[in-house]
Amino acid sequence: MPKLRLIKREEDSFLARVLVPVVSVILAFVFGWAFLSLSGYEAGDVYSRMFKGAFGTYYALSETIVKAIPLMLAGLAVSLAFRMKLWNIGAEGQIYMGAFAASGVALAMGTYSPFIVIPLMMLAGFTAGGLWGFIPGALRAYWHVNETITTLMLNYVAISWVDYLVFGPWKDPASKGFPLSPIFAQSAQLPNLGDSRVHLGLLIAAVVAIVFYLIIQYTRWGYEVRVIGESQEAARYAGMDVARNMLLVMVISGGIAGLTGMIEVSGITHRLQQGISPGYGYTAIIVAWLGRLNPFAIIMVAFLFGALLVGGFGVQLAGVSFSITQVLQGAVLFFLLAGEIFMKYKLAIVREEAE
Amino acid sequence: MDTAAVAALLAATIVSGTPILFAAMGEILAERSGNLNLGVEGMMLVGAVSGFIVTLSTGNHWLGVFAAVVSGGLMAAIHAFITVTLRGNQVVSGLALTIFGTGFSGFLGKSYQGAPMFFSFKDLPIPVLSELPFVGKVLFSHDILVYISLILAFIIWYFMYRTKWGLTIRSVGENPQAADAVGISVSRVRYFCIMVGGMLAGLAGAYISLAYAPTWQENMTAGRGWIAVALVIFALWNPLRGILGAYLFGGVEALTYWLQILGVNISSFFLNMFPYIITIVVLVMVTVRSRDDAASPEALGLAYDREER
Repeated sequence: MPKLRLIKREEDSFLARVLVPVVSVILAFVFGWAFLSLSGYEAGDVYSRMFKGAFGTYYALSETIVKAIPLMLAGLAVSLAFRMKLWNIGAEGQIYMGAFAASGVALAMGTYSPFIVIPLMMLAGFTAGGLWGFIPGALRAYWHVNETITTLMLNYVAISWVDYLVFGPWKDPASKGFPLSPIFAQSAQLPNLGDSRVHLGLLIAAVVAIVFYLIIQYTRWGYEVRVIGESQEAARYAGMDVARNMLLVMVISGGIAGLTGMIEVSGITHRLQQGISPGYGYTAIIVAWLGRLNPFAIIMVAFLFGALLVGGFGVQLAGVSFSITQVLQGAVLFFLLAGEIFMKYKLAIVREEAE
Repeated sequence: MDTAAVAALLAATIVSGTPILFAAMGEILAERSGNLNLGVEGMMLVGAVSGFIVTLSTGNHWLGVFAAVVSGGLMAAIHAFITVTLRGNQVVSGLALTIFGTGFSGFLGKSYQGAPMFFSFKDLPIPVLSELPFVGKVLFSHDILVYISLILAFIIWYFMYRTKWGLTIRSVGENPQAADAVGISVSRVRYFCIMVGGMLAGLAGAYISLAYAPTWQENMTAGRGWIAVALVIFALWNPLRGILGAYLFGGVEALTYWLQILGVNISSFFLNMFPYIITIVVLVMVTVRSRDDAASPEALGLAYDREER
């Protein structure tokens, strides 16, 4: 009897590595099509609105890039932790902390030269986000406390903290009751590129991606991170300080997420406000996984998910809930996970005598 | 505070702890079989919305509970298929389930946002017992799902520690290779535990939308699913210790609410942080105390591949 069986791959298949994510995205949209149709929507119409909303005009395209920037940075942030199998799902809170600290600098010293204010804001954002990564990182590294739960719990704390500030001490008296801080001085705002809302953050994200790639591929530390991710035992055996590296990775991961928050307030909102991140930290997890933790793939996937977000706003006008974007995101991840089996195994027809 | 106020606070503690207890029991079951399902929050949300919609359209809250249980089980089946059959990464699959469930529930519940629930579960004081001073108010004057959650905790404990099936489940979570060798189907056991776990998460969601806060709000579980996951560690994978933990977290929530009502001079934003910070603190204390990880199922989080024996 010929039978279909899964055979373990001897080595990585490049084709499978590229094909599986692409097919997962396609299948997720096919699933979404069925889902929308069953819910009584004209799926073709919803998708075409989504596409036009994301790419249809110059403005739409620029908005897609605007949304892709935080996803790129946050995706890179979590990808570093994921490499070491540290499940940092606290990027959301780290973004809020970064936004908070950067806003503090902007509000206090906005009148100085941008060449002083912007770097200080970046430093503050990185530090605050890094601290938000340091807490679960230290607990994980030295006391074995589950980082999935601590990072997630800290998200709620950070969001409440920013809410407290914008409803309370930092509230702009001129905001007529809206939870907004005063607007930053010009020197605390990241310059835009051209006449769009796309800002310097795009370049920062690109630089971070390149630096990540170089560090991971070519430095001794990057090598240690990769080894620890593969096997902690092997790393310990080779004399690597696993705990210290874990802590370092969580701080950098949190720091980059914090930088994401800084870039959002400095580049887009120009003030601290409630809901500064509409879940970028969570979407970043999907972006990182879909990009197979490769920095350049993450940049491209972030662009796709930026489009999904902007397109999602577009379909709201047609009466479709914005939640459809989350349904699609979840579906992408499901198909990707299901497809990963083809990266590890190959399908083969085998003739078997007897089991 | 007088006695009546203390009784009311403790009663509120139990009610706040009940959804966490349902969800934590489900997660205990799944993790005992060696599977980590981080999709509790998503399964709860889908349970909450489907329970709400079915109850509102049929007028029968038991049908709503049924719908919630079924939808929670189906959500869990996706996770089971990916992690057991396809041996995918359990952490990422659970996260996907939460993201998917959040979106799916928001999508389904869009036109019900903020709608009140007329057919919610009402308190069902137990005759005689509820007349007892203090204890009657604290323990015996709740809706029926509270009683069910407690009974269920005992049943699951008995099932897990005193029956052959329970032994089977635990052996699959500790050493799937050995279980397989004696003829136990590892995947069947895991499918069962993951899906029953999902059903309980769905029930937990329905408790929130049909009894605790009878309405539908997007994201109304507000992290309780995650607190339930943390609680499993606190409970050392034991449903009876789970009761204790659930009421501890329920107590923090009830206290937060009370302090707000009493007008204590702390910003409500700080009070809102309280349950999450307590969760971290408790998790740290429990983890540090049980350093050797003895309580954790040995094969937790690992996919079982027969060929890698």
